[in-house]
Amino acid sequence: MSTFDTIPQTEKEALVETLLRLADDRLIHGHRLSEWTGHGPELEEDLALANVALDMIGHAASLYSYAAEIEGKNDEDYYAYFRDDIDFKNIALLELPRGDFSFTIARQFIFSAYSYFLYTDLINTVDDEQFKGMLQKHLKEIKYHLRHSREWVLRLGDGTEESHKRIQDAFDEIWMYTGELFDMDEADEAAVKHNLFSDVKSLKPKWKKIIDETLEEATLKVPDDEQYMFSGARQGRHTEHLGPLLAQMQFLRRSYPDAEWK
Amino acid sequence: MKKTEPISKKTIWSWLEEVIDPEIPVLNVVEMGIVRDVDIQDGVTTVKITPTYSGCPAMNAIEMEIHKKLKEKGVHNFKVLTDFKESWTTDWMTDYARKKLKDYGIAPPEDTDDNEDFLTTLKGSQKIVPCPYCDSIETELQSEFGSTACKSQYYCNACEQPFEHFKCI
Repeated sequence: MSTFDTIPQTEKEALVETLLRLADDRLIHGHRLSEWTGHGPELEEDLALANVALDMIGHAASLYSYAAEIEGKNDEDYYAYFRDDIDFKNIALLELPRGDFSFTIARQFIFSAYSYFLYTDLINTVDDEQFKGMLQKHLKEIKYHLRHSREWVLRLGDGTEESHKRIQDAFDEIWMYTGELFDMDEADEAAVKHNLFSDVKSLKPKWKKIIDETLEEATLKVPDDEQYMFSGARQGRHTEHLGPLLAQMQFLRRSYPDAEWK
Repeated sequence: MKKTEPISKKTIWSWLEEVIDPEIPVLNVVEMGIVRDVDIQDGVTTVKITPTYSGCPAMNAIEMEIHKKLKEKGVHNFKVLTDFKESWTTDWMTDYARKKLKDYGIAPPEDTDDNEDFLTTLKGSQKIVPCPYCDSIETELQSEFGSTACKSQYYCNACEQPFEHFKCI
């Protein structure tokens, strides 16, 4: 049986908050990736992006289900379809529009690298068997995502004049949203105390190293870290992009809340 | 009054071997390692399954097929639970299952090597996957992603046929 039956309320709340933050990131990212279905630059990439999107949404679904189990109410659909934008805890990086292929790749690379180091650390931190099991499972897939996006950063950067410009622009534009990956608020600190989350600030150097090395190999310039960094999305203060995204994602389900798939 | 014999775990396992993977119809869910445990307590049968790939849309279908199979065989008091404790790995696929995959035209997964440091493999060369049709090693990776979440795409330069590979995980 799950160990959460015996843990105190504050720890339960910290666990649910952690699960929802991880899940919201992946659901929103998965949604943006799914927008490429049928529009990929070539057939293999149409499949690739759809597969990564599937993985992301699958990760979110299992995390939501577990949160629902712990809360003793709701289910994964509730979290995905019936919450409003201020209740979503994803970082702004992931809700930005999909942009061109370079933008999608730049974002996927940044997020996959972050996820790889976060999950590797979290697996050694958490005790909860189900949560740990999910993390171990997801990490295997994150490795494929990281490999995929990194290969593309290299090809686009060290590619044609146009591909080089597009991916450089993408990294320049997206950089101000990377700071939020490593922000920590009170909820994060509480989760860290309960061994439910990682001190992400300490993971930043490892993340930065792989980003810097890859961009250099791709003949790209790494954007300046000393710049304004967006923050607040985790706490519900999102960009103007999340609202329309949710409207599109949630519309059908909210229109027919009692509909069943038969 | 009809006297019914209690069903044994062994029988349940054999029934589950009749549940076929919807995407790869030569394999059943037992030899794929999806079914992890069968337990019978106080007349309630509990079947524990573990998902293959996180986003695998076939998992729901597989769960429903297990429900259907057990009902068909007359088991009515049962639960099918998804358990994450052990992460599914292709290492659990039996040798016989791998042979069936190859005969079907899908290159089977090789054994995983968990000792390799992932970050160093990022720059390294891909593992060689032999062609399931002609056994040649003159094959090349076309895409890490294929028609389903579990497969990647290859091309054989020897017999000039494309084929899919069941990804190692």
